[in-house]
Amino acid sequence: MHSALSSLSFSQVTTVPRSNYAFDSHSSAFALSQPLNLRFCGLRREAFGFSSLTQSCSGRVHVSSRGLSKKISASAVGNGTPLKSFDYDLIIIGAGVGGHGAALHAVEKGLKTAIIEGDVVGGTCVNRGCVPSKALLAVSGRMRELQSEHHMKALGLQVSAAGYDRQGVADHANNLASKIRSNLTNSMKALGVDILTGVGTIVGPQKVKYGKVGFPDNIVTAKDIIIATGSVPFVPKGIEVDGKTVITSDHALKLEFVPDWIAIVGSGYIGLEFSDVYTALGSEVTFIEALDQLMPGFDPEIGKLAQRVLINPRKIDYHTGVFATKITPARDGKPVIIELTDAKTKEPKDTLEVDAALIATGRAPFTNGLGLENINVVTQRGFVPVDERMRVIDANGKLVPHLYCIGDANGKMMLAHAASAQGISVVEQVAGRDHVVNHLSIPAACFTHPEISMVGMTEPQAREKAEKEGFEVSVAKTSFKANTKALAENEGEGLAKLIYRPDNGEILGVHIFGLHAADLIHEASNAIALGTRIQDIKFAVHAHPTLSEVLDELFKSAKVKAPASSSPVSEPVAV
Amino acid sequence: MASAFLSNTTISFSSSLSSSPLPRLLPSISSSPIRFKSNPRRILTVRSKIREIFMPALSSTMTEGKIVSWVKSEGDKLSKGESVVVVESDKADMDVETFYDGILAAIVVGEGETAPVGAAIGILAETEDEIAEAKAKAASKSGASTPSAPPPSPAPAATSTPAPPKPAPAPAPAPVAEGPRKTVATPHAKKLAKQHKVDIESAVGTGPYGRITSADIEAAAGIVPSKTNVGPAVVVETTPAAPPKATAAAAAPSSLPPPVPGSTVVPFTTMQAAVSKNMVESLSVPTFRVGYPVTTDALDALYEKVKPKGVTMTALLAKAAAMALAQHPVVNASCKDGKSFTYNSNINIAVAVAINGGLITPVLQDADKLDLYLLSQKWKELVEKARAKQLQPLEYNSGTFTLSNLGMFGVDRFDAILPPGQGAIMAVGASKPTVVADADGFFSVKNKMLVNVTADHRIVYGADLAAFLQTFSKIVENPESLTL
Repeated sequence: MHSALSSLSFSQVTTVPRSNYAFDSHSSAFALSQPLNLRFCGLRREAFGFSSLTQSCSGRVHVSSRGLSKKISASAVGNGTPLKSFDYDLIIIGAGVGGHGAALHAVEKGLKTAIIEGDVVGGTCVNRGCVPSKALLAVSGRMRELQSEHHMKALGLQVSAAGYDRQGVADHANNLASKIRSNLTNSMKALGVDILTGVGTIVGPQKVKYGKVGFPDNIVTAKDIIIATGSVPFVPKGIEVDGKTVITSDHALKLEFVPDWIAIVGSGYIGLEFSDVYTALGSEVTFIEALDQLMPGFDPEIGKLAQRVLINPRKIDYHTGVFATKITPARDGKPVIIELTDAKTKEPKDTLEVDAALIATGRAPFTNGLGLENINVVTQRGFVPVDERMRVIDANGKLVPHLYCIGDANGKMMLAHAASAQGISVVEQVAGRDHVVNHLSIPAACFTHPEISMVGMTEPQAREKAEKEGFEVSVAKTSFKANTKALAENEGEGLAKLIYRPDNGEILGVHIFGLHAADLIHEASNAIALGTRIQDIKFAVHAHPTLSEVLDELFKSAKVKAPASSSPVSEPVAV
Repeated sequence: MASAFLSNTTISFSSSLSSSPLPRLLPSISSSPIRFKSNPRRILTVRSKIREIFMPALSSTMTEGKIVSWVKSEGDKLSKGESVVVVESDKADMDVETFYDGILAAIVVGEGETAPVGAAIGILAETEDEIAEAKAKAASKSGASTPSAPPPSPAPAATSTPAPPKPAPAPAPAPVAEGPRKTVATPHAKKLAKQHKVDIESAVGTGPYGRITSADIEAAAGIVPSKTNVGPAVVVETTPAAPPKATAAAAAPSSLPPPVPGSTVVPFTTMQAAVSKNMVESLSVPTFRVGYPVTTDALDALYEKVKPKGVTMTALLAKAAAMALAQHPVVNASCKDGKSFTYNSNINIAVAVAINGGLITPVLQDADKLDLYLLSQKWKELVEKARAKQLQPLEYNSGTFTLSNLGMFGVDRFDAILPPGQGAIMAVGASKPTVVADADGFFSVKNKMLVNVTADHRIVYGADLAAFLQTFSKIVENPESLTL
């Protein structure tokens, strides 16, 4: 319903004459966009098409006129200078998932939008991150299943030896990336977003220069600017990346070779996902983790279970509490040599000889050459400092007007969908509606087999907060072993964990490890985002038998003192 | 076990877990139903600080639990709050944490095995000095907890070892590969080494850059099983008093004249010792033998047809024997006490296999019920597991009838010794072209195979065995029923 409303106001807005661009071309572009299959907004389009059929005419006029009046007042307040003086309402630097999400929403809000990209559309996620890695993980998941003889046998299946063609797997990942990339490009073009090619640099307030090397620069102006330049793999010093035997995720996703033995430096999301891929394809893996335990950042209980399922039975060993201080690529007939140093004593500890090393120590913001010095902004370890509304803060701690930074470049939450959410939030503000992203409602997922997903706080975080603020914390758990669908799939290994306040039923965090955990988390993240309490959501009905019943049981097993709201649904319908 | 577990959980699909929330295992929750702490009564009687780890009650309905995996290995140091073992209840797998610091001296109930709630599943020693005592305790525990089922078949060397005090053969030809370079072993090799208790330093690395790969460890485990002497004696089926007995039995022939000068004495491996023990035990059973010629032309023809589908002669013979046994249950029975028949509800065909320096009998369970292809598949898996020394006890000691085939070597007939706990064993010779005369006096050449069954005459009589062999022969001569 919500999306239908916003789409309606959008359609109305396009008919309002705007002085700074020709609305004719714009509205025709919109008409074009409808039949296109858009990855990020496909659902919204559908909702629009549906609602326009069912909504009564008067309702539409009423709703949209409200939106219209708001818009006019917003632009009058937010912009003292005449509208004409800017080339665009909004310029986004960086066409990754964050920039793309912001651009689509900006169009929906009726803003004339341009996006500057110096490389390929889609950014890290689409070209060198989540998207191609999902293709590899789809392969690894199937390989794992086909190789697990007893799993197959338990289902009554017989499969002769499973094998794979490396180039075929690599092509699948590459094809997926280009498909998603062209979808993204087309969706923006169809909506009338100008894609400006070249490296964007801020030359002054509301002014950006862009251009390719060797070509004259173009200067464009915009009322508001969003920095969405993303990040690149972080390589600690002492590590020599040659792209062949010592690689980052950028190279690994091309899957140019499958080593017999690969060391993965870092056991976070990226490292874990690659360990899943490599072990399924026959490699042995050694993790090198600087912290004292593997999978830092995950809820400890989930981490423990994940280690039992994802690490211990596989051909994986690990060194924790050590830094890889020096990594030399394989050459002169020698293997890759990794020098380990104790993280605490800083003394050399061990040397490893492996066939390849993957550096998965995290990502560094890509903010060099942005021209931030022109507007007196100093980055912190490369990150652009922002407030909770993504407004950029300058060296004096003051807000830089009309400048925002979203996604990996601000480092708040380095996830593609977080960047997109931040982008949408910024566009809401630019369009005159105050909005703050609730980062605790943003889910995260690790696509191992089985998957790990989470939203909100971990148990230790929740207990720390509870201690400070003086409330009680309870934990509920359910097992996938008790779920019919999971057992039918013969995938009963898994746990869902709910951290909540027993006094008022607030969901503080949900962590899932198990089959399709990444798809299951959204019921919890939506509940957190919308403020739904456990005592209400537990009455929601889930189809049987589905994996979603794991969460159903989870909510039902929570013991909340507060009674259910009198009527969560406005009008019950009896049939 | 598995099916009972499955049905249990499927029944509970719609019920919420709220009635029995998963118990917290942290020691701070004193009301937790977990009883993984030392029994106070026991503490009074035990002088040193050796504690038993009990099977915890993970839910109110749980009566027994299965050990999914031991997170810690024997000899590992434990600190309070660490996960030690993963237990499967009717609802979930749970980590069980220790309440005490110490050393995991012995594992009493191994992975995949089941123990009732409250039974000791492991022994925790406070200091290294107490490990030996704890192990002795563990041995008596495991002996006491499974008194009725000593594995009758040879055990794989990896899981049972002679008593630690027995000195290792000092001049063992240990291939020492330690050069000035440090040993490099792959993650899987390290895991295998731990599992098979192979000293990684003693393995020869044949992988790239001389590193030790999983294949090297497997080779080392097969070639030098005596290296496993350091392993604790937890799964040994007898009490610590028994190994000397076994040694005595093995050493009995030492009353013979002294060995010829220049001969070498090589002690038995665990597996060889177990074979020896079983063979001596078999002398207490009155056995007799019945031979029977079987025409195999039809079987050979069938074999040629199904061979491309992965069916082996072993599977064909096992299937034929199982089908014959189904009609003659007494041959599938055993005599446990000399006073009664024990009829087995399943037909489990044990097949003798020679592996590196030993003999093991992987078991094809329910061979009468499985179809030929599944049976062949199963057999392949069992042989692989046997080679890797990964057979579970149930996979080598649950046989109700044994098949031994030396036909592939050209042996025309032989005679097998009945293994303890079974009623009969079949020895199969080679199938050879033979001139036969039929009832009308016509001569022809047919492939004939001699089978010879040894049986326990306390329960199986001559006529029983003859009738069984006749059925077996009919099945082999008309083998179409094997493929049904």
